[in-house]
Amino acid sequence: MELFGGFFEQYGQLLAQATWDTLIMVVVSCVFAYVIGLPIGVGFAVTAPGGLHPIRWLNMVLGWVINIGRSIPFIILLVAIIPFTRLMMGTALGVQGAIVPLVVSAAPFVARIVEQSLAEVDPSLVEAAESFGSSNWQIVYKVMLKESLPSLVRGVAITFVNLFGYAAMAGTVGAGGLGDLAIRYGYQRWNEEVMIAAVVVCVIVVQVFQSSGDLIARKIDRRRA
Amino acid sequence: MIEIRNLTKVYEARGEKHTALDDINLTVRDGEIFGIIGASGAGKSTLVRCINLLERPTSGSVIVDGVDVTGFKGRQLHDLREDIGMIFQNFSLFQQRTVAQNVTYPLEIAGMGKRERVARAAELLEMVGLADKAKRYPSELSGGQQQRVAIARALANEPSIMLCDEATSALDSLTTLQILDLLRSINESLGVTMVVITHALSVAEQICDSVAVIEAGRIVEQGSTVEVFAHPSSAVTQQLLQHRTVSSTITEVVTERCVITEAIDSETATDRKVG
Ligand SMILES: Nc1ncnc2c1ncn2[C@@H]1O[C@H](COP(=O)(O)OP(=O)(O)OP(=O)(O)O)[C@@H](O)[C@H]1O
Ligand SMILES: [Mg+2]
Repeated sequence: MELFGGFFEQYGQLLAQATWDTLIMVVVSCVFAYVIGLPIGVGFAVTAPGGLHPIRWLNMVLGWVINIGRSIPFIILLVAIIPFTRLMMGTALGVQGAIVPLVVSAAPFVARIVEQSLAEVDPSLVEAAESFGSSNWQIVYKVMLKESLPSLVRGVAITFVNLFGYAAMAGTVGAGGLGDLAIRYGYQRWNEEVMIAAVVVCVIVVQVFQSSGDLIARKIDRRRA
Repeated sequence: MIEIRNLTKVYEARGEKHTALDDINLTVRDGEIFGIIGASGAGKSTLVRCINLLERPTSGSVIVDGVDVTGFKGRQLHDLREDIGMIFQNFSLFQQRTVAQNVTYPLEIAGMGKRERVARAAELLEMVGLADKAKRYPSELSGGQQQRVAIARALANEPSIMLCDEATSALDSLTTLQILDLLRSINESLGVTMVVITHALSVAEQICDSVAVIEAGRIVEQGSTVEVFAHPSSAVTQQLLQHRTVSSTITEVVTERCVITEAIDSETATDRKVG
């Protein structure tokens, strides 16, 4: 017990700061990844062959953008877009510097899982909505997005957990956060306690977010009461 | 009145052409219940979906109340669809909306204000006998109840026409009878013209004023229900009629049972009162 108390006295502040940095990075980049990825995903679903408004060339272009974005390993993307990151944020370092590559790598992933959620919507519901004279926009937000909301929420949880892993990697190039802490203390100084503590915090955060995502998705899903 | 003139629908899949509807001509009079009968794949759904232009005809025209609607787009199409309610085999209710919200959906689309919508939905649910289920979700209802909600939803904008695509095929025979009764009473009280697709002759026999029999995309017979059933001129109809003998027997049995159950119910009710 005393041992524990001593540890937290010494490193508690550090851990709290790192956890906070990581959460800021992940939450902010998750929000922006959805701001960019959600419209792309909706556009991809709507323009697909047999979709609400098929546009062949646009669908192909979006498909390419999404696939290219998803195929670049994060660690390479992180370094490759440093000039772009500097342009956007004025720095490629710290929490700010990490947000740009995190958003760039997560947005195509978001687009893909949004598209998959929308594809699960029963086509006969879209048809019913059409039969009542709905416009395509109304079908998108009143039917497709609403009917797939539980699935979209699960997607947010998955995106969050993915971003959490990426954020740890970003930490290794000076972004701060839990990844950075684990590397600096655990790897470079062989301070195992700090490393283990950082890992434990990671596990807890991921668990909490994943299970609350699942819980919310189940709560709002009216398909089986 | 709905007039369908020389309507043809050709599907093209990977270069191969398939004629789903071949030179269809028919007239549905105002206020009648018109049945479209035929085997699976005959083209019934395609035909009915051409009326509200969910399916675009390849050639020919659809004329509603004297206006050729075949080329309708945008605002005109919206207005046309507001005037044509539709119900489906698998109800097609929005699963993430309550029963009341399902009924208000077409009203939202029509741009009605919230307070009015809610009042109108309550009225409609009352009419289909589900006033107490307004706040429930479709997954909490039986099939028959779900189809009632779908009927309320289809009637929301006071359409003059209602399309029913196999509206009772997913229901048991007793529930089928109840839904058909409801449709009949709506037709009588509101004067809604109905086009009813079915592959069950018993359904057509019970509620349709006229019928058209369709086979492989062509109409092989049409006329008043009584006439067609009494003197079937096509082989398809004769075949279908043979099956009917079996299904009407079932219907009779069910109706009988229904009467018995009701009798038992009222008896138990009186029992309870006595006890
Ligand atoms: N989108 C489509 N593309 C290609 N062919 C189609 C399409 N929709 C229907 N068909 C074909 O058109 C024909 C008529 O189909 P339709 O759905 O109208 O039949 P139906 O009489 O309603 O049958 P069921 O009783 O099984 O519902 C069928 O041969 C079907 O395969
Ligand atoms: Mg059909």
